Amino acid sequence: MRMHAIEIQGLSKNYTVGFWRKQSEPALKPFDLSVNAGETFGFLGPNGAGKTTTLKLLMGIIFPTSGTARILGQDFRDPEIKRRTGFLPEQPYFYDYLSATELLDYYAQLSGVPAAGRKQKIAELLERVGLGDAGKKHLRKFSKGMLQRVGIAQAIIHDPEVIFLDEPMSGLDPLGRYEMREMIQDLKDRGKTIFFSTHILSDAEALCDRVAVIHKGELRGVGVVNDLQSSVASKTEVVWNGAHALAGVTNLLIGSHVTGDTVRATVGQPELDAVLEKLRQQRASLVSVTPLHGTLEEYFLSKTTEQETVKV
Amino acid sequence: MTSRLSAITLNTFREAVRDRVLYNLVLFVLLLVASAPLFSQISIGIERLILVNVGLSAMSLFGVVIAIFIGIGLVSKEIEKRTLYTILSRPVRRWEFIVGKYLGLLLTLIVNAALMTLGFYLALFLTARQYTRADAGILVAIYFIVLQFLMVTAITLLFSSFSTPIFSAIFAFALFAIGTFGEDLHNFAATASGATKWLAMGAAYAIPNFASLNVIGQAAHDQGVGGSLIVFNTIYALLYSAAVTAGAVLVFERRNLK
Repeated sequence: MRMHAIEIQGLSKNYTVGFWRKQSEPALKPFDLSVNAGETFGFLGPNGAGKTTTLKLLMGIIFPTSGTARILGQDFRDPEIKRRTGFLPEQPYFYDYLSATELLDYYAQLSGVPAAGRKQKIAELLERVGLGDAGKKHLRKFSKGMLQRVGIAQAIIHDPEVIFLDEPMSGLDPLGRYEMREMIQDLKDRGKTIFFSTHILSDAEALCDRVAVIHKGELRGVGVVNDLQSSVASKTEVVWNGAHALAGVTNLLIGSHVTGDTVRATVGQPELDAVLEKLRQQRASLVSVTPLHGTLEEYFLSKTTEQETVKV
Repeated sequence: MTSRLSAITLNTFREAVRDRVLYNLVLFVLLLVASAPLFSQISIGIERLILVNVGLSAMSLFGVVIAIFIGIGLVSKEIEKRTLYTILSRPVRRWEFIVGKYLGLLLTLIVNAALMTLGFYLALFLTARQYTRADAGILVAIYFIVLQFLMVTAITLLFSSFSTPIFSAIFAFALFAIGTFGEDLHNFAATASGATKWLAMGAAYAIPNFASLNVIGQAAHDQGVGGSLIVFNTIYALLYSAAVTAGAVLVFERRNLK
């Protein structure tokens, strides 16, 4: 049986609001979730969905209203488990009076990295995240992209097994996003379990084995990226030779494009059989029938778009 | 634990140094040394009295102001800038963070006081052109000032653990001012009767007694301070600071960080 790196059971968070703090407002409704060891898991949701709240709960920055979680088999409240986990907060800010080397040395001490070999380890890590020449530079002189690289470095300075990343691509330019993706891919290749929250679906599509969608504090769906894409695949591309047959099926198509005698048409799943039957009757020569994969975006939208109920 | 505590302590100290907080003491030393010849112009016999009074009062005030102004941001700044996220996501206990921050600020204040003491003794020499046995007694007054820092830092940290920087500063300064007149509250409690007596007594013991830590006047007049007062004040300041820091830890342990 595959070991779970993260197991969340009924975790929830309510905030008290109002002058007397008597009203309770749910920020995160109770949910269960498991992440396998070695998996790259995307936690998707629009802004304000509850992604950061979940990560803050798991990191012990805020306390849950109910539920619990286990990380690598240990209770998530046990501070010792944090020797084996790393965390990059959203849009991180670091002590800007320190140099990158000093900052990493500070975090290494806090994570229990032994003094022997620490200096060497920091130099190697800075090299790995592309900051080999900037070790002595004060962080106040760092660009956003450089800070994000320092962020990754501080999260992995103690070589953790599970790494939590909160919106790691947020605020980065295309080059910065590409570099961050490469760094996450590198961690994935090293067998680390990565749990990262994002609202940028293309990043999740490119990196994740599985994703969960959260919306308005509620877990809406979990699954393997490819399966989720198939689950929303409701269209098929049909290509045939014989433009004369188009008129007979036009009302059954979503769209079509004619090049010479070749027709390339998109057909909805319910109409597919009828279209193929009519094409056969009109003696059109079928070239291909290809199911079109849904995108993660379609799955995401299907889980986050709600039917509005109008109260009378 | 020790390594995490010392890392937080030294980082807090480093932040204060790099924030140029300690530069104020250079100003203090320069002002004191530069004004030393002026004290010599005042009639013989009281120049030392004035120098001790002004020097030690300034040392106390500088320290308390630094303690409060750095102390109010110790926790709130880390929450506001979210640097705390990268600390608490490590095997750092919340109490270690609070105690480390406390010790870091204390270290800053002690280094500050040590350097100011050097400047003060230099000014003393420039004024009197010699050191007397009584000058060594001034060290007791300086020691009491450091004890005062111990308490003010703990009080500021307590307020900082649950309140905004502005309110923390107001509360801490108010408590410092009330504590400076702590003896008056004790005297009032002694003369009052009934419920008033008990209320005044309770308040007198709850607020920090900074009055008994102020022996600047005695030091200026070459009056020695009894050994029992040194022992009592040391125990009092340590216990009071420990209790208040424990309060800050209790508050912080339960706090949801935004």
